[in-house]
Amino acid sequence: MTRIVLGLFAAFLLALPFVAGDFYVNLASQILIAIIFALSLNLLVGFGGMTSLGHASFLGVAAYIAALVTTRWGFGHGAAALISIVGTTLTAALFGLIALRATGLGFLMITLALSQVLWGLAYRMSFITNGDNGISGITRPMPFGLSIEGAFAFYWFALGVAVIAFALMTVFVSSAFGSSLKGVRDQPRRMAALGFNPWLIRWITFIYAGFWSGVAGLLYVYYNKYIHPTSLSITSSAEGLLGVIAGGSGTRGGPIVGATLVMLLKNYASAYVERWNMLLGLVFLFIVLVMPTGIVPGVRSLAARIRGDAR
Amino acid sequence: MQFWIIQGLNSLSLGGLLFLLASGFSLIFGLMRLANLTHGAFFMLGAYLGATALRAIDGLNLWVAALGSGLVVAALGGVFERLVLTRLKTNPLGQVLVTLGMSFIIADACLVLWGGDPIPVPTPSALQSPTGVFGYAFPTYRLVLVGCSIAVAIGLYLLLERTRVGAMIRAGVDDRQMARAVGIPVSTLFTAVFCLGAGIAGAGGVLGGPILSAYPGLDADMLPLALIVVILGGVGSLLGAFIGSFIIGFIYTFGTALLPEFAYIILFLPMILVIAFRPQGLFGRVGA
Repeated sequence: MTRIVLGLFAAFLLALPFVAGDFYVNLASQILIAIIFALSLNLLVGFGGMTSLGHASFLGVAAYIAALVTTRWGFGHGAAALISIVGTTLTAALFGLIALRATGLGFLMITLALSQVLWGLAYRMSFITNGDNGISGITRPMPFGLSIEGAFAFYWFALGVAVIAFALMTVFVSSAFGSSLKGVRDQPRRMAALGFNPWLIRWITFIYAGFWSGVAGLLYVYYNKYIHPTSLSITSSAEGLLGVIAGGSGTRGGPIVGATLVMLLKNYASAYVERWNMLLGLVFLFIVLVMPTGIVPGVRSLAARIRGDAR
Repeated sequence: MQFWIIQGLNSLSLGGLLFLLASGFSLIFGLMRLANLTHGAFFMLGAYLGATALRAIDGLNLWVAALGSGLVVAALGGVFERLVLTRLKTNPLGQVLVTLGMSFIIADACLVLWGGDPIPVPTPSALQSPTGVFGYAFPTYRLVLVGCSIAVAIGLYLLLERTRVGAMIRAGVDDRQMARAVGIPVSTLFTAVFCLGAGIAGAGGVLGGPILSAYPGLDADMLPLALIVVILGGVGSLLGAFIGSFIIGFIYTFGTALLPEFAYIILFLPMILVIAFRPQGLFGRVGA
């Protein structure tokens, strides 16, 4: 049953460009980018118990580095992508060193503060970042000589990256290391007593999540061909966090459902209501109060109950 | 010499302003273990309410406006705490999300109500003439602001450490179940703490108004400042919030004057340095 559903879903994803117009294909590309971002944040929030409110930092850093080295310093796309990913991963390693001095709400506040530093830099250091004007004129690369300029080609490219990201992150959390991460989330003292190093486990996860957020950032800048400080802002991090929590943190499918929902809401709502931020806030309130564990676990327990009753 | 004295006084007044902002956050976080991310929005809402009241009512005193705004914001905070936050006592992630959501709602509502242009808050006429400090003219209002923050600090200290209510609150913090068992209305007291913290933010917004004015984005500018002050000073320590405010005040003022492009990074350096060597903050208790 599940296999058939998944197969149909995969077929739908692959065939989407043949049945939908440019608008929906582009929307789907944006959703895929948001999904990669939410999946990476879920490694921290759901599996690591580390609530970060600054995860958009890594998306923004990756996008800014790629934009700067291609438009300003004339690097090719391959080199730029490499520099961007390495730079983002190093930034994550550094931020992890600082933020993981604390846990819980302290961690949240430090990640928020650090992301505000980057946001401030992007805004104020206009001699490098162009400040509020953002950086435009970014081109899309030609991976393996294939053009991804068109909406369809870009969608398939993003889909490929998203599938790889999902697979590798799933491997990460289902590995022995992933089990130790969950152990550190639930019982840090016992894990330490058993000889694990909770700090190191958290740090490695933080770096890995930063890496995937950087991948999402690269796709983001290729898609938009433009980068603005807003993508580093609290709102941007909060949208990601909302996606994770709404879908169900700590589940594999949750971030996919949640990020899709947030992006659909954002795109449809912004077409009809001007007040996206207010709507976002109301959705936060609603979801936390009505479905504290998220949509995926909620639906799962509902389905289990229905099945139980039928028996 | 003039540069150092004037900037030093500016630092003091910024420190005072930051304490008015951060003390309420520290109070709520320290006592209720609740990271209230709506705090910046409460500050901004207070500033708008005060600015509007001062415009609408002729001859209204700034202090009365601050008190009124503080009370309105405190009431709003109380309703929010009662209706929403009490349901999420055991869900810190939920608390983070709803307080963040509430701040988005307030910020957007302010944008609808007051538009995108900054609304200035006039300096009280009695305080408009400058005061001479070491032979230099300095805005009197800024000095008064430092006095306000000291008064708030002393008031909060006396309330928490020297009154019966303060003792009951501390008992509720240390052992909720036991406090409840001996008849202390813990959840009512915590609502009162939340109202107090929100009210100080609302009043602080008005008092900061003559320097900052009310503008969209004030909330997002102020919340990180409250966070770094509290992280630097130590979570839940009133003294830490006080000292932290003035440290940040000095560093930010001199950073802006000497290295304007990097002021924003300089602002966060002390926090990062302190965390590296003392994760609990300057005056934070270990394990708090």
